[in-house]
This record gives sequence, structure tokens and C-alpha cells, in this order.
Amino acid sequence: MPRLIITILFIFFAYNGNAKTIVVRADKANAIKNALAYCTDGDTVSIEKGLYKEQDILVSKRITILGKDYPVIDGVKKGQLIVVVRDSVIISGLQLQNTGRSSMTDMAAIRLQNVKSVSVINNKLVNNTYGVYLQNSHYCLVYKNTIRADAQDELNSGNGIHAWKSTHLLLQSNNISGHRDGIYFEFVTDSRILNNTSTENIRYGLHFMFSHKDVYTRNSFINNGSGVAVMYSKQVEMYYNTFRHNWGDASYAILLKEIADSKIEHNLFDKNTVGIYMEGTSRIQVLYNEFVENGWAMRVQSSCDNNVFEKNNFLSNSFDVATNGTMMLNTFNNNYWDKYDGYDLDKNKVGDVPYYPVSMYSVVTERVPTAMILYRSFLTDIMNRVEKVMPSIVPDKLKDDNPLMKSLKLR
Amino acid sequence: MKTIMKYVVADLIRNKVIVVYAIILAVLSFSLLSIDENPAKGLLSLLNVTLLFVPLISILFATIYYFNSIEFIELLLAQPVRRNKVLLAEYAGLTISLSLAYLLGVGLPVMIISPNLAAITLLLSGFLLTLIFTAIALLIFVLFKDKTKGIGAAIAAAMFFTLLFDGLLLIFIYSFNEYPIDKAVLGITAFNPVDLARILMLLQLDVAVLMGYSGALFKKFLGTGTGSVYVVICMLFWVLLPLLLSVRVFRKKDL
Repeated sequence: MPRLIITILFIFFAYNGNAKTIVVRADKANAIKNALAYCTDGDTVSIEKGLYKEQDILVSKRITILGKDYPVIDGVKKGQLIVVVRDSVIISGLQLQNTGRSSMTDMAAIRLQNVKSVSVINNKLVNNTYGVYLQNSHYCLVYKNTIRADAQDELNSGNGIHAWKSTHLLLQSNNISGHRDGIYFEFVTDSRILNNTSTENIRYGLHFMFSHKDVYTRNSFINNGSGVAVMYSKQVEMYYNTFRHNWGDASYAILLKEIADSKIEHNLFDKNTVGIYMEGTSRIQVLYNEFVENGWAMRVQSSCDNNVFEKNNFLSNSFDVATNGTMMLNTFNNNYWDKYDGYDLDKNKVGDVPYYPVSMYSVVTERVPTAMILYRSFLTDIMNRVEKVMPSIVPDKLKDDNPLMKSLKLR
Repeated sequence: MKTIMKYVVADLIRNKVIVVYAIILAVLSFSLLSIDENPAKGLLSLLNVTLLFVPLISILFATIYYFNSIEFIELLLAQPVRRNKVLLAEYAGLTISLSLAYLLGVGLPVMIISPNLAAITLLLSGFLLTLIFTAIALLIFVLFKDKTKGIGAAIAAAMFFTLLFDGLLLIFIYSFNEYPIDKAVLGITAFNPVDLARILMLLQLDVAVLMGYSGALFKKFLGTGTGSVYVVICMLFWVLLPLLLSVRVFRKKDL
């Protein structure tokens, strides 16, 4: 038995002895690049605290790059910082700042290019055009990074985390702000976005297109120029996210365009101009969400079909639902509407008369936007009251037959 | 002029209607502001109260008061005082008491519970509405000889501005929907002081974004300081024009 342990230890040390740890200090020019040239697969490159002015650091070996007390790699506004072209690389504990800007290439602080199983953990990315750029990469992890920039306009800026043609990514607990889009997905499938915070980006907090089978859980999208846009995707699942204060004249908490077979559950929509905007969506389940103090809780265009809205709370929204036509192929059922003033004679906690979430004034403004000038005037109040008694203009198929009498406890 | 004003104010306070008005407003404001934990919503409800009651009560009470004090006015005019001074003093005395009632009744609760810019705007719009509708009442008083007809006109005017005008505006918007009417609509709202007051108040609240959503012009114009300044100037015109007109009519009126 002791012999066996010794053998195992021997094998372990023998293997471990192969992998070196290379310590890099900021005393020479191109210190990191020289270290990378010198190291081999399995090595650890430990970067000491200091300022390193290097660009286009190519990582082509299977190594671990560790920063001690966040050493600063500064691109002095020229070129990219780190380009990873080899699988299983780990990058951790660095502060990467000031990439260049170019209209030819997307300049990124960390670019993963055709790789697998790369981890980007616990880095600070400051003032870069693109933060982490994943290009045709698979099974990668982006965890606990702080990504900050102060983009001024859409043209000259990039995205916090940009993923293109990738699969099986995990983006978790990142904090992104001040980019063009916080998180950008294009042709990315089977990925998970967990616990991220995306705030004050000038366009979207999250933007994704043609990305199927992705799951978004417990993220916060706060104060972004236009909220979150989800387009041309299938089987997207969004749970427990917070969409707060995406407030402006073209802002949406979520904009859904051509989405199918997806789930939106347990999310909170708080103080957005529009909570959910839907266009050409099919078979989406919108369940257990809370819509609080939005301008419009939902705008459901009549091009949407077979969507189900159940067990949601609608509280203090200026307008609950707006739509642009009379056709309605979606189901509203069992929601709580604070504007509902029906009765419940049989005491089963479900109102006995249906609720029409589209108010008359909302129909009028949808047809003639200029009528918005009469917002909150007496006339519109009276119009809404009259219409409630005798519905004639509002789309009569858009109704909740079983409105709840009491709000649901969702959080 | 000051002496006449003093007498008018003293008379109105002895009358107690003004005091009751102030108390009712105060009770309403306190209850509306404390019902909801969000003071912005309370302010919106108070705005509704202001937009409905202030014009109606100001114009009705003022018209009745002017007609009732016709003997007093005739007595004063037997003295060596100028006609327009008497009329303006009557107006000033009435406005001072009504706006004091409003500012105390709504202002005190609002300033205690949620003192902010929106609250000040609410008070400003209520104050301006009081000025405007007492001025319109004065115009009605000088135009009509008969008290009943005058009161009828006052009710009609209040209804016109609070309800009918918006209806007509909506019809206009609906029928000329195909044309670029944003500018025209903004111009037309200037003809209704109640709409002006509403817009002035909404501009101070978050909900202004909803208006911007419907058109770039609204956003550009109303979203900036210019919008508020424009609205206030229009409202000041609404005070001055009826006043000047009534002074003019009154100078030549056969009493």
C-alpha cells in the first residue's frame, strides 16, 4: 500500500514538474509576449502587478494566464490586446484597457478565435471597443468579469460580450456597462446567460439574433438605451430576469421579433416605456411575470399568434395592452389586472366578467398617435369608462375571461 | 385701488366660501397623496382635481360674486374713481383670495408630503388656472347684463374648456390624420388653458415620454425647456387678453 501511494505521488510530481510557472514583471518592453514565446503547453504565466503596454498578444499554447492584483495591460488605443487561438486557455485576474478603434476589424480586449473550452475569469475590462469577443468558439466560460466603457455613439463603439457563430457558452455573473450592446449574440446556440448585470449601454442591454436554444436566467437589464432585443430565434427561455427603467421614446424592456416556441417566465418589468413588444412571434409562453409602472405593459402586434399570457400581474401601467389591429390569435387568461373592476359573486377568486386589457384610448392612440396629446385629459377618461360599459371599438377577442381578483405573489 | 382690493378680500373672507374651498382642497390633497405610497401618482390625481375643479369653481364663484357686487361697483363709480381701476381692483381682490385658497389648500399638503419640481409645477398650473378663469368670469360679467345668462355662460365656458374642446380636438385629429398635423395640434392646444395646464404638468413627470413616443415633434418641442416656457407664456396671454378685453368693454358700458 505505501508503495502504491509513493508511486502515485511520483507520477503526480513527475507530471507537475513538467509544467512551469513563468513570472512576468513589467521591467522590459514586450515582457508578456516574450514569456509567451518561451512557455510551452500546460505552463502558467503569472503576471505581476504593473503596467504593460502591449498589443496583439497571441496566445497559441495551452496555458493559464494569471494576473496578480490586476496587472494592467494597456493597448494605448492601438490594436487588440489578447487573441486566443488555442483550446483550453485560462485568462484570469487581468485588467485590460484601451484597445484601438477601427472600422476594418472589431478590436477586442480578449478575442477567442476558433477555440474550445477557454475560460475568461475575473478580469476587469476598461474602455475597450469590444470586451470579450467570441468567434466560432465552443464550450467557453466568461465568468465574473467587469466590463466597462463609455461609448458615445453606436457607430464608434462595440459590444461588451460579443459572440458569433458559437455554441455551448456560459456567461455568468458579468457586470457590463457603457458599451453599444451589453451582450451580443449572433448565431449562438445552446448557451446560457446567468446572473449578469447589463446597465447603461447605449443601444441594447442584450441583443441577439438567429440564436436558438439559449437560456437567460436571473440577469438584470437596467437603464439601457433600448432595453433588450430578441430577433429571429427559436426556443429561447428567459427566467427570473429584471428589466428596469428602459425609459425613452424608443425603448422596450424586451423587443421580440420573429420569435417562436419560447418561454418568458417569472420576469420583472419595472418602469419601461414598453414592457414587451411583440411582432411576428408564435407560441410563446408568457407566465408569472410582473409588469409594474410601465408606459405600455405589452404591445402585441396582430402578426403574433398562439402566444399564451397567463398568471401575470399587471400593476400601475399607463396602458396594459396595445395592439394595432382587431385580429387576436393569442390567449390571455388568469392574469391579475389592477384596472379590472368586475365582481366575483361566486367567490372563487376569479372575476365573473371578462377584462378587456386594451383601453379605448389606447386603440385611438394606436390609430392616430397624435391623439397622445390628450393623454390624461377628462375626455379620454370618460371615453374609457363609456367603452367599458359598452365595448364597441376595442378588439373584442382580446380579453381575459378569467381575470384574477387578487394579485399573484410572484416574488 | 388698494383700498377697494382690501375691502373685496375682507368681504370674501367673511363670506367663508373661500375658507370652505380651501379646506375641501386640503382634505382632498391630503387623502390623495397619502392613499398611494408613490407620491407621483398622488400628484397625477391632484392634477385631475385641479383640472376639473379649479376652472369650474373659479369661474362660477367669480361670476356670481361679480354680479352680486354690482351695487357696490355702482356705488364706487359714483365717486371720483376711474372705471378700469374699480374693475381691476375687483378682479385682483377675488383672484388673490381664490389663489390663496388654492395655494394653501393644495400647496401645504403637497409641500409637506412631496416637495419637488413637479409639485411646484402643479401649484403653478393651478394658480394660473385660477387667474385665467376669474379673468374669463370678469369678461362674462361685463358682457352680460343679466345674472342668469351670465352664470349660464360661465357654466358653458367651463364645460367647453374642460371637456368639449378636447372632443373637438380629437375629432380634428381623427379627420386630418393623414396630414402632418403635429404642429397644428400644438398650436390648437394653446387655445385651451386647461390643456395647457395639463401639458405643463405632464412635462414634469416621467409620463412625458409616452407623449414623445407618438411623434418626434412632441418630443423635441415638449421635451425641452422651451415647451414649458411656451406653455406658461400662452397661459399668461390667457390672463391678459380677457382682462384687457373686459376693461375695454367696461369703459364704454352703460351701467
